[in-house]
Amino acid sequence: MARYDRAITVFSPDGHLFQVEYALEAVRKGNAAVGVRGTDIVVLGVEKKSTAKLQDSRSVRKIVNLDDHIALACAGLKADARVLINKARIECQSHRLTVEDPVTVEYITRYIAGLQQKYTQSGGVRPFGLSTLIVGFDPHTGIPSLYQTDPSGTFSAWKANATGRNSNSIREFLEKNYKETSGQETIKLAIRALLEVVESGGKNIEVAVMTKEHGLRQLEEAEIDVIAAEIEAEKAAAEAAKKGPPKET
Amino acid sequence: MECVFGLVGNGFAIVAADTSAVHSILVHKSNEDKIMVLDSHKLVAASGESGDRVQFTEYIQKNVALYQFRNGIPLTTAAAANFTRGELATALRKNPYFVNILLAGYDKETGPSLYYIDYIATLHKVDKGAFGYGSYFCLSLMDRHYHSGMTVDEAIALVDKCIMEIRSRLVVAPPNFVIKIVDKDGAREYAWRESVKDTAVPAA
Repeated sequence: MARYDRAITVFSPDGHLFQVEYALEAVRKGNAAVGVRGTDIVVLGVEKKSTAKLQDSRSVRKIVNLDDHIALACAGLKADARVLINKARIECQSHRLTVEDPVTVEYITRYIAGLQQKYTQSGGVRPFGLSTLIVGFDPHTGIPSLYQTDPSGTFSAWKANATGRNSNSIREFLEKNYKETSGQETIKLAIRALLEVVESGGKNIEVAVMTKEHGLRQLEEAEIDVIAAEIEAEKAAAEAAKKGPPKET
Repeated sequence: MECVFGLVGNGFAIVAADTSAVHSILVHKSNEDKIMVLDSHKLVAASGESGDRVQFTEYIQKNVALYQFRNGIPLTTAAAANFTRGELATALRKNPYFVNILLAGYDKETGPSLYYIDYIATLHKVDKGAFGYGSYFCLSLMDRHYHSGMTVDEAIALVDKCIMEIRSRLVVAPPNFVIKIVDKDGAREYAWRESVKDTAVPAA
């Protein structure tokens, strides 16, 4: 038994935790996920690598709800995600049972991040190989929030963020194009960001939207196609506008 | 003293419970709601030790909610009843809960149903059931007047008959009752039957 107590995550001579960094590598290999916070809405989008023909796509939901007012998307090891999501769902109900109040987004993020950190400082275990994007509404004030956690157990709040494959490009795009939006505009921004790195079309992305009144709603493929088409049209119009004026002079 | 009873009608199930919270000779309050909405289409009418009643039913409620988040679909009424019974059975020989429950629910596939679950983890699927001293009167009345496929109005008339009987024949009859109904449109409060209203305290 003593052999299994040996820590796997130990410091390197120059102060790195290599296991945590390797976990972050696993995240970088996972599918792209993006989250955008609007004034009255939060949007999560996830890249959907082509589903096998015989696979039932309904059983591979990548955006899940933790409670009526909290949703989560992640990038990295999906099996690790299942374990973390299960623990988070139990904590959401446990919180409601003991204090008769739904969790705040910050509370459940802190809980998940705490779990991820615990696994970097325990014997015989490896860190969770995923970063999460957690969205939701404060149950009392109704203010929307977006948080991100990573395998090291750090978390912070964001206006918009991305994780997984090509997250740097998506984040750059968001930094350039983010502005306070609401409703449909927020959904469009999230999809535009995701389409920077993913092939266009409803088949390749999964998008879910959360509002205070209606909770989490997964967008249908057809809806996503419509918005993607709008985005393409806007892009084409912008291109044409750029080329237009010089000809007139 | 505490009376809980219920019955199944045509496409709905109805439960009624008294609303007195009593400690020895003192009535703490007479508008205590003992019928919990377990989820959108289930009601739990509970009677017994008041601490156990609240703790146990809230625990069941949160576990039913957890199941729904984990699996994407709600529990059936039968499954919820069996889960409840299982929890009572597990605790029975260690630290028993003194709670009697009538669980009423509506499932799309199977319609309305009512489950009798007593504190020693007995489980029966029934058309009509009752707990407490009031059951001595309610069960006889329901045996006489109940028939399958009653309408809401007929069922309410029977419930009112039972409440009248309890009020007139039970020596420490609870004054107020709450009636809740569950059907395809969900679980909701139907009515209160109050003979004693809490008077508002005048400003000093």
